[in-house]
Amino acid sequence: MVSGAGRSDEKGVGLLKGLGITLTSMTRRSITEQYPDVKPELPPRSRGVIALFDENCTSCMLCARECPDWCIYIDSHKEVIPAPEEGGRERTRNVLDRFAIDFSLCMYCGICIEVCPFDALFWSPEFEYAEFDIRTMTHEKERLGQWMLTVPPPPALDPAAADPKELQSLRKKAGAKPPPADGTDDT
Amino acid sequence: MTEVLEAIARLLIVFIAFLTLPLLVGQLEHKAMAHMQSRVGPMYAGGFHGWAQLVADGVKFAQKEAIVPAAADRTVFRLAPALALIPYFVAMIAIPVGPDLVGRDIDAGVFFVLAVMGVGVIGTLMAGWASANKYSLLGAVRQVSQLMAYELPFVLAAASVAMAAGSVGFTDIVDAWQPWWLLWQLPAAVVFFVAGLAELNRPPFDMPVADAEIIFGPYTEYSGLRFALFLLAEYAGIVLLCLLTSVLFLGGWNGPFVDSWLWTFAKAGVLAFVVIWLRVSYPRLRADQLQKLAWQILIPVALAQLLLTGVVTVAW
Repeated sequence: MVSGAGRSDEKGVGLLKGLGITLTSMTRRSITEQYPDVKPELPPRSRGVIALFDENCTSCMLCARECPDWCIYIDSHKEVIPAPEEGGRERTRNVLDRFAIDFSLCMYCGICIEVCPFDALFWSPEFEYAEFDIRTMTHEKERLGQWMLTVPPPPALDPAAADPKELQSLRKKAGAKPPPADGTDDT
Repeated sequence: MTEVLEAIARLLIVFIAFLTLPLLVGQLEHKAMAHMQSRVGPMYAGGFHGWAQLVADGVKFAQKEAIVPAAADRTVFRLAPALALIPYFVAMIAIPVGPDLVGRDIDAGVFFVLAVMGVGVIGTLMAGWASANKYSLLGAVRQVSQLMAYELPFVLAAASVAMAAGSVGFTDIVDAWQPWWLLWQLPAAVVFFVAGLAELNRPPFDMPVADAEIIFGPYTEYSGLRFALFLLAEYAGIVLLCLLTSVLFLGGWNGPFVDSWLWTFAKAGVLAFVVIWLRVSYPRLRADQLQKLAWQILIPVALAQLLLTGVVTVAW
């Protein structure tokens, strides 16, 4: 019509194509997620909030030190466990007093979860914890512990994945040939 | 006395239609446009699929402060929305939708409606001038230049069908209409519809109000109820154009089974959908493209149609 509708097409074909596209997309279902009414279907391993399983935490501070935003606060003290029998040695252990994550600073990189050697931190897909006051974005130990209830079970292992390092080294010691990498060997 | 009462009743009915039909078109636009863009549109207002969205919008507009800019020409600024809206109401009075369903049957209805519709642009020009805003003025001037270009094919196309029917009265035209006119007057119908769209500033001819470049043009400075009146004028214009096109070119209330006003509204409804469809599908035309479309395509086509109509009418 006025401008060339398409470079290779006849003039005007593009105009009809445009009408066709809008009409067909009208007959299809819309892709809108009706969020507050219908909960979204999140992909597995969604990064919603970080949950703390405080029984596993040894206050080693690795997470706090690795955190790029320095948004993890840990307070702990040492407790002396008396020797179980006469002449034995006293033991000390760390008791976690405070574990808090400031989600107004957190950038959801997940380094704390990766770095935790004792499996005390987990991703939870929950995301509805917006607040009106930025100070309430800091979740203390109790709140972080409650998120544990929402942590999904770990995804099943990939059947095509390579064997874990432990199994591989075990086989090496036993002198067996390493299995092919496609993982069909499940011995 | 009864004549006066009847006239008042007819005016009242037209007035109610004038206030409700644009809302229907607006709601259709909300929903159809949304689904064409894979959205769902308003869903909350009124409970069922957002049917009351435009009522809510109206309430919102009524609550807003009516701001008049300090440098504005106050009287003109305030008058402009009325001047943009009233011509469409006056035009709607003269358009028949059924054999006797008309606000006021005027002998020279086509002349009357086309003349009155052209007045609406003065409201826009006033709005643009009185706003004391360069973008508003730019939009108003664009609007006027667009109207200058598109009024000609608009009138020529209407003249073609009036010539074919041998009358400028709407009822006579509908009575004279034959189904084969759909083919014979097709170019005129297309020219009329496209030129009408351009006069209404509907996308893709919305350069005068182009929100991305001149921020809604003449309406930049308007807020509250006055802005709502401009919006109402736009949608009333769509209703008017669709009714006009269906009465002039699609046979009005002539229908396959029974002649009824329902046919007029059905045809106008389909056309209103096409108006929305075109808006969703096409990008905005540039100024030069607009003028080119009018002067190099629509006017020659309209003139050729006029020639064809003249020859056929005389030869028959």
